[in-house]
Amino acid sequence: MSTIDVLAEPSGPTPAVEVRRRGRIVRDLPLEAKIGAAMLVVLFLAGLLAPLIAPYGQNQLDLANIFSGPSGSHLFGTDGTGRDVFSRTLYALRLDLAIVLAVTYPPLMVGVLVGAVAGYFGGIVDAVLARIVDTMIAFPFMILVIAVIAIVGPGVKGVLIGVPIVAWALYARLARSEMLVLREQQFMLATTALGYSKRRAILRHALPNLLRSSLIYSTLDMVVNLLLLASLAYLGLGAQPPNAELGSIISDGQSTLLSAWWVATLPGLVVVLFGIGAGLLGDGLSDGQLRGRLQ
Amino acid sequence: MTAAAAPLLSIDGLRVEFDTRHGSVAGVRNAGVTMRRGEILGLVGETGSGKTLMCRSVMRLIPRPGRITAGRVEFEGRDVLAMTSSELRSFRAHDVGMIYQDPFSSLNPVFRIGNQLIETLRVNLGLGKAEAHTRALELLKDVGIPDPERRSLSYPHEFSGGMRQRVMIALATASQPRLLLADEPTTALDVTTQAQILDLLTRLSRERQMAVLLVSHDFGVIAQVCDRVAVMYGGYIAETAPVAAVYRGAEHPYTRGLLESIPRIEAAGHATRLPTIRGVPPDPNESLAGCVYKPRCPYALDSCDQVSMALEPVSPDHTTACPVRPFHGAGASQTPHAGAQV
Repeated sequence: MSTIDVLAEPSGPTPAVEVRRRGRIVRDLPLEAKIGAAMLVVLFLAGLLAPLIAPYGQNQLDLANIFSGPSGSHLFGTDGTGRDVFSRTLYALRLDLAIVLAVTYPPLMVGVLVGAVAGYFGGIVDAVLARIVDTMIAFPFMILVIAVIAIVGPGVKGVLIGVPIVAWALYARLARSEMLVLREQQFMLATTALGYSKRRAILRHALPNLLRSSLIYSTLDMVVNLLLLASLAYLGLGAQPPNAELGSIISDGQSTLLSAWWVATLPGLVVVLFGIGAGLLGDGLSDGQLRGRLQ
Repeated sequence: MTAAAAPLLSIDGLRVEFDTRHGSVAGVRNAGVTMRRGEILGLVGETGSGKTLMCRSVMRLIPRPGRITAGRVEFEGRDVLAMTSSELRSFRAHDVGMIYQDPFSSLNPVFRIGNQLIETLRVNLGLGKAEAHTRALELLKDVGIPDPERRSLSYPHEFSGGMRQRVMIALATASQPRLLLADEPTTALDVTTQAQILDLLTRLSRERQMAVLLVSHDFGVIAQVCDRVAVMYGGYIAETAPVAAVYRGAEHPYTRGLLESIPRIEAAGHATRLPTIRGVPPDPNESLAGCVYKPRCPYALDSCDQVSMALEPVSPDHTTACPVRPFHGAGASQTPHAGAQV
């Protein structure tokens, strides 16, 4: 547990003098993490700025120009009703990424907290929490989400409810096992010996140390969640038309894959790019972590 | 000097047990020690003799599943074992400090050195931000960190072991505790650094009237800094005495054995055998009747089976658990030197 430079930054525990190091943290990242981060930044910006950069409205029809291929005026071509696929992809990306963030990071915080508490106190607290976590992890994820959708009806609401119910459990398990190691460290003993409260010991002293691996894992989790979202939209269980989701655009374009390949392929490529970007970032960060430990 | 006569810390009849699947195991069986204000007491013993447990009992920091099953721990007349959790927190925050063996894991890797100190000052002493910052720099300077202004911005991994131990000392003594528990603070350090840290502890103890309970298995360390020494064996205190008195004439055969098994520089080149203590330390699972040291003791008598391990005075400041006292009046054992390890 020597360095934490890589991921200490998001938790920002030391505001007074943090600024001086920030440049170094980014510079010290491995190249692949930088490339991955750059890809994600571009994708997130594209989603965030969709209303500004999309050349057409997401449901703007142009019946004179149906199924026109990629060109200067329609970067990703148009679909069967003449809607601009590029614009639709941007809006879909905006919606999907917002959902992905919402179903990845709040459960991460909850999970890390639960895991930290379980690991710190041990004994009966740990036994009870660990069994709940096991139950959650054992539950078939997709089935649960579909079941929730069956109750609340199709649309993004099902994902927003269904995913977090289960997603925290993996983070809890991860954080718990890290906490078991951490609590044997002398600086955790020191928090008791210095008379700190348990709350302070867990939240301020343990949590920043636990967040690292959870944040690394979350890059993969985001991809899993994006794919889940795309799958559900593909099945017609996601955002309802005319709102676009990456999955629903791909699903729409599938029937014309041979005649108008761009409708399904290009938005699909965006999903792939997101996966690669997140993968590179996660990989690079865990390499960086390893490198830090070896120092 | 009547106030000084009241002990700062008094541990009496302490018993620490660990519940295991095969019944309970006693790490400390029946041990007691008293400390005066500002004194440096060495607690020496082999691995497993219970010295660390003894030290941690003062703060009620016994690792699970251990627990204190008997005895009293009193600090300035207050019963530590009866404290409520909030009293205990305040006691840990203000009255006692603790430093550990391994300086590499005793500081939180995600915080800058300065911020760890500032946090302690703010939380435990309620200082304001600016005040705590100034005080933290003073503390760092006081424990010998050069250029504290700049170094306080460093992370622990950028410090050497000795520097980290200095920071740890600053942290543990930030709230001006009256007692510092030092659990083998120099074991992980090289000899030069060790001497510096010991000097620092001695200086702080003298300047701030802070008592230090120094746990060590190194008689050389004890000789260098301690006023008095308590020798631990098998969960009991075998002998307590001023350091000089122990070297003049240890009363307990175990203390004698320890001192004799230290290699002597004068003996270098001569083909003499280094005396050792025969046998192995007692198994904490077994409860022995009588003296725990009897199986290894060359002076053991049949009556040793009836020995209670209670400390009896030899002179006003010297007690021993050995009623046989084979060396009484026999004079000095050898003088130990640094590096003399148990």
